[in-house]
Amino acid sequence: MHITLNGQSKEIDADPDKPLLWILRDDLQLVGTKYGCGQALCGACTIHIDGEPARACQTRLADVAGRNVVTIEGASGKVAEIVQSVWTKLDVPQCGYCQSGQVMAAIGLLSTNRKPTDEAIDDAMSGNICRCNTYQRIRAAIHEAAKVLGA
Amino acid sequence: MNDRAFALLAQEIAPSRRSFLIGAAAAGSSLVIGFSTFADVAQGTPTSNPFSGYLQISPDETVTIYSSQMDMGQGIYHGIATLVQEELDADWTKVSVAGGFGNPALYGNLNMGGKFQFTGGSSGTASSWERYRRAGATARAMLVAAAAEQWNVPLNEISTSNGVVSHASGKSTTYGALATAAASRPVPGDVTLKESQSWNYVSSETLRRYDSALKSTGRQQYTIDLHEPGMLTAVMIHPPRFGANLQSFDGSKAKEMKGVVDVVETPRGVAVVASGMWEAMKAREAVTVQWDESKAEKRSSAELITEYRAAADKGGDAVAANAGDVDAAFAKAAKVLEARYEFPYLAHAPMEPINAAARMNPDGTLEVWGGHQMPDLYQAAAAKVAGIASDKVILRVMKTGGGFGRRASPDADIIVEAVATAKALGWKAPVKVQWTREDDMRGGRYRPAFVHKLKAALDDKGELMALRDSVVGQSIAKGTLFEAGLVREGVDRLSVEGIRNLPYAVPNVRIDLTTTESAVPVLWWRAVGSTHTAYALESFIDEIAYATGKDPVEFRLAMLKDKPRHAAVLQLAAEKAGWSSPAPTDRYRGIALAESFRSYVAQVAEISIESSGRPKVHRVVCAIDCGVAVNPDQIRAQMEGGIGFGLGAILKSQLTLDEGRIVEGNFDGYDVLRMDEMPKVEVHIVKSSAPPTGVGEPGVPPIGPAVANAFFKATGKRVRILPFSRSENS
Repeated sequence: MHITLNGQSKEIDADPDKPLLWILRDDLQLVGTKYGCGQALCGACTIHIDGEPARACQTRLADVAGRNVVTIEGASGKVAEIVQSVWTKLDVPQCGYCQSGQVMAAIGLLSTNRKPTDEAIDDAMSGNICRCNTYQRIRAAIHEAAKVLGA
Repeated sequence: MNDRAFALLAQEIAPSRRSFLIGAAAAGSSLVIGFSTFADVAQGTPTSNPFSGYLQISPDETVTIYSSQMDMGQGIYHGIATLVQEELDADWTKVSVAGGFGNPALYGNLNMGGKFQFTGGSSGTASSWERYRRAGATARAMLVAAAAEQWNVPLNEISTSNGVVSHASGKSTTYGALATAAASRPVPGDVTLKESQSWNYVSSETLRRYDSALKSTGRQQYTIDLHEPGMLTAVMIHPPRFGANLQSFDGSKAKEMKGVVDVVETPRGVAVVASGMWEAMKAREAVTVQWDESKAEKRSSAELITEYRAAADKGGDAVAANAGDVDAAFAKAAKVLEARYEFPYLAHAPMEPINAAARMNPDGTLEVWGGHQMPDLYQAAAAKVAGIASDKVILRVMKTGGGFGRRASPDADIIVEAVATAKALGWKAPVKVQWTREDDMRGGRYRPAFVHKLKAALDDKGELMALRDSVVGQSIAKGTLFEAGLVREGVDRLSVEGIRNLPYAVPNVRIDLTTTESAVPVLWWRAVGSTHTAYALESFIDEIAYATGKDPVEFRLAMLKDKPRHAAVLQLAAEKAGWSSPAPTDRYRGIALAESFRSYVAQVAEISIESSGRPKVHRVVCAIDCGVAVNPDQIRAQMEGGIGFGLGAILKSQLTLDEGRIVEGNFDGYDVLRMDEMPKVEVHIVKSSAPPTGVGEPGVPPIGPAVANAFFKATGKRVRILPFSRSENS
């Protein structure tokens, strides 16, 4: 199966039904994408497929044939850099485990909406659970990133 | 468990006033600070093990701090690094923290007797406060002494800054360059710690968490991420009901599947071992298992709660607190109030489902990776399963994706599974045992279900004359190594903490306890007993205040005349929330106060009522007194997180038993707080020079009753059966 992964062309020989999450984590050892629920309920495995946030645990290898997949390891560009630097500046993470998914979801949001309202943040981010409950800082970081992007 | 571990734990769990000695020695060419006794240094003993110290300064300038405390996200590595840095004055960009283990004399938790290593009870900062500053100061003194000798100048002409040692003459060198020479200096018998007015890092906003960038870019490694050479992945098949035992299993079909290595028995169930997680999960479905369920828990939640209610109505025989004459006070009461509160089992549900990994090395050492919250115990447990000596077990202390108490399991459950699985494979390969979310949700170790029945006697002036609480629930400590330290005269202190020690001056108080029995395993869950005692007490106190026509803040303050720290946080939260002025339109406020882990927290919740009838929490004003605020921003972070954690639980979370089986398996059935439900949290920290106390847990207890009290203000209804989402509350 052929995919573009983090900007590189890749041939993957695996069961087409295998979830992309386990291909990334176990076969390719790209472990930044996390397992949290396996049922698209928590967002810890959020990646981008053709630029759109998606859940790797509910995406089969066959679903991404010929498509462009980006994981946290490959997150790049102005929005990604700003989001990650603001995340660090505000000390958003506690345990950090869900933050790959949070960051990927936030990059997805800010890539299409340069000045999200609180409601837009709720809509885009409520699928991403943080058991440390860093939500307040995630919200603040998205607003801050929007500010930097607009500057 | 071996005798040594037992001896360490079978003691009163109480703060230790034992002083400790700091030694130092060379390890290779590094300076290592922190041997437990000078004798060790004199004998030139543990120099090769870099984990046998508090900190190590290497010639390449790196400073590695060995933490006695595990970091599950609460930021204790950052806190300990701050304490070392305050006295050491290193180059902060060269500082990192790793988990220490294997030396209880060095790492013992000073809040819990000092003899065993334990992360919990929000004691990390308190236990480390003097220890790690002293370690930093000792290292700095030896570096300065080494420079003074090299330059032949007096000590007092030398200054340090950011890892550089300087002399007025213009000479300067670095900590790394001095490390080897410093290691041979005599260890100063006593070092003077800085006075608070000289602090540069403690209580400062400038020092940011050193791990934020790692965690914002997906580079932080957790146990689940391990891919050591040849490492296999195993998933477990646990009993479907708690207390059931394995009879037989057939893994033959599974073993024919692609990527499957073996299906083996462990003391805690069947392990399905494969090349990767997906392969193991698929193969698990092909294994058939027979269980002996004769001793299993088969009751449903409804039956359990009926039994609990009956026990609460009857009252317990074990007395947790008894002051004055409660019966006489009730006999002459002008008015009696009564309320029963019910709390469900709760899962910790950390984002990283439970896991551990094990590898037997050719030299006979066993490496065990995991969230080692009780290292001495886990070392002993791993050694016992492996059949080797404890000191052959090397713990790799990993950061964990949350914990909330779940990683401190007295029976070392996941450690046993990992080591037993590796052993069953004949030690042929390293193995990582990884639970799925469903395994985690249904695998036990819950916040126990509890029922409280409260009664208040009021005199004809509306004064609270007597308070009774009959508490019913399972004991966390009973049957564990902690029983001797925590259970006294039939009372597990964890069952009644928060109400046994109620802060209010009530002349007659009786708190009794019925300890129930079930095979459902229970465990400490962030803030432990206060997760239910504070809800029951603070809701009931509010109820009494309204019943007597008094303002909830004034009513509490009148009973807190001898409790200045409680009163101060209550007043601060009320003031910052604008308690004395009306709430905005369609907003309602409630307040609650709780002392836990020797910190004092009050919270005001401001809510509205949604069209569904459920509360929407808009704003929470939180006041905390935790002594010296070592990392103010991390205190805020823990309050924000604790509030969200507690709020999700009281609004939505519960585990349900259906004939002994846990119904909820994932985040659809077991709902937790999400972004759109997170209130705006404002944290106000009381300025204090008292020694630091806990912050990881104390943010949790007040939020539930604060919201419940606001909900009453809005609707006139008391929510007494949790969570709010239950049909009884609509």
